[in-house]
Amino acid sequence: MAVATFEIGFTRFLDRSGEVVQPLPAFASEAKALIPLYRSMTRLRMFDAKAVALQRTGRLGTYAAALGEEAVTIGLASAMAADDVLVPAFRDQGAQLWRGVGLVDILAYWGGDERGSVAGPSEDFPVCVPIGTHFPHAVGVALAIKLRRQSRAVVCIGGDGATSKGDVYEAMNMAGLWQLPVVFVVSNNQWAISVPRQRQTAAATLAQKAIAAGIPGEQVDGNDVIAVRHAVDEALAAARAGRGPRLIEAVTYRLGDHTTSDDATRYRDDATVSTHWAEEPLVRLRRYLTAQGVWTKEDEEAMQVALAAEIEKAVADYLALPPPAPQDMFDHLFAVLPADLKAQRDTLAEEEALHA
Amino acid sequence: MPEVTLVGAVNLALARAMEDDPSVLVLGEDVGVDGGVFRATDGLLGRFGPERVFDTPLAEASIAGMAVGLAAQGFRPVAEIQFSGFIYPAIDQMVNHAARLRNRTRSRLSCPMVLRAPNGGGIRAAEHHSESVEAFFVNIPGLRVVVPSSPAKAYGLLLAAIRDPDPVVFLEPPRLYRALKEEVADDGRALSLDTSFVIREGTDVTLVTWGASVVEAMAAADDLAADGVEAEVIDVACLKPLDMGPILASVERTGRCVIVHEAPLTGAPGAEIAARIAERGLMSLVAPVQRVTGYDTVMPLLRLEKAFIPSTRRVIDAALRTLEYA
Repeated sequence: MAVATFEIGFTRFLDRSGEVVQPLPAFASEAKALIPLYRSMTRLRMFDAKAVALQRTGRLGTYAAALGEEAVTIGLASAMAADDVLVPAFRDQGAQLWRGVGLVDILAYWGGDERGSVAGPSEDFPVCVPIGTHFPHAVGVALAIKLRRQSRAVVCIGGDGATSKGDVYEAMNMAGLWQLPVVFVVSNNQWAISVPRQRQTAAATLAQKAIAAGIPGEQVDGNDVIAVRHAVDEALAAARAGRGPRLIEAVTYRLGDHTTSDDATRYRDDATVSTHWAEEPLVRLRRYLTAQGVWTKEDEEAMQVALAAEIEKAVADYLALPPPAPQDMFDHLFAVLPADLKAQRDTLAEEEALHA
Repeated sequence: MPEVTLVGAVNLALARAMEDDPSVLVLGEDVGVDGGVFRATDGLLGRFGPERVFDTPLAEASIAGMAVGLAAQGFRPVAEIQFSGFIYPAIDQMVNHAARLRNRTRSRLSCPMVLRAPNGGGIRAAEHHSESVEAFFVNIPGLRVVVPSSPAKAYGLLLAAIRDPDPVVFLEPPRLYRALKEEVADDGRALSLDTSFVIREGTDVTLVTWGASVVEAMAAADDLAADGVEAEVIDVACLKPLDMGPILASVERTGRCVIVHEAPLTGAPGAEIAARIAERGLMSLVAPVQRVTGYDTVMPLLRLEKAFIPSTRRVIDAALRTLEYA
């Protein structure tokens, strides 16, 4: 007995050459309107490169660059309204930056300072490091929105690795059950650190994991920012209108190491990675913008100069940021510090004073 | 004043909190139509409706995780885990998220949630239904861990837990759910979450305990009193943060201390209390601190659970051992 049959759609507007392969959605009808997306993706790539360089020279902690995945993280954020809620994973600094988190905040967080997680929209979650454990938070936030009958939604992002976690399935199941206003985006960059996509699951796509939870799942070309933006736009519109959650698998490729602590040459060869450089998201969009006559070599150079200056300024501000006082580790643990902890805080302060 | 059981007091506190504050929600497995497998949430669905009292799918990690999301949005979710042996998947959410959210965001987001669960044995339940899990939680920075021992404590402490701006793990002893009744005024008055309670005064030996073991400690104190030994009994109630004040003050007077808990011996809160007595009250002691606890064994199935759970006899014997020292 067939209780369900399904197809997983795959959406792409711009191919690797920057050629339009199907009619563009309304937001992309004017090529000029895509320039902010291109600029933000370039900004993210340049910033990531700088952050990796800072880590290599001992001035930043572990860092997870989004190299190759810029279209996913920028595309999904660009579809969000200001009052939607972002529940990000640890490689989503691009979405955070789009939503107003500062470059210096991202550096502060990965440089080991919790103050880096304060900025940004007040309801957005900070990045989640334990894989997939933030998906249930998105369910809780979406349930809160539904209970208050608000017309807004949640966007929750994880990687291909996260889809192996029970938390992710549990969250999709609950979101489907209660028809919650949440969009789950899986940035399938083909690698869970060293384990490739085909050794993570027997499922033909990650999008189809939504089907068992009773929610629609689809694939988009994760290197095509128009496709990502369009799919998240539509999913958010449905979610805000009370038509429930969706899962979007953005098919992309991690061109860099998992993090600065990783050495991807241990498990994949450069030749394979090189073939994926031909698919990467910035070049195809630049080709399209150039072909449309809205982007020139001069525009590119001017943008890069301006972004480099902005990033240098942020790095300088970050490096000038004084560290928090050691007692700071106590001061935000509870609304009111319990007496038992106050004693420990006092002990730390005394030791600091003694050895100052 | 009505006489209620401990589980009845939990129900009363939940209803009072929901009545007073529309942001309080009750969620968990079977908490709705069924009213909870122990009936702690009985009647709440009818009274407050399905948007405030709802059954979740069977997924402990996401029950806690969803509560984190709701709490970050300003709701005050009270999430029930059905039995202590099923709480472990939820620990991930409590340690990695609930307990850290305020600190991670410098209070931009916070997590005013309560995770309720039965804790401990003595009800002839199936395997994985009788474990004492408080030790797992007291080692988590950023959490409060509360264990009521009576209907009045359950009412006042649960109200305090729900009103607290930070996450609280509330562990209820099922052995006491229906073991005794007492008068509880449904007056909405919360107890402090920062206090250990002296529940019986005495001069000769200090019995420090919490949860269901309060019953055996009090019975032991009665028995000892018949032999002329006056035991002071302290119900710690709030295991984290720990209020050592009344414990140290008592040990200073008695010079003798017996710590009683059902959780396995090693690394449980009794070890912390003994260590703090050693740090700050050692010179008051005239006898070594004694611990009467569950053993470092798997919680036995029901035929042996009585042999595992600290008995009144074991508490008396330990108290008498301290009295062998002059």
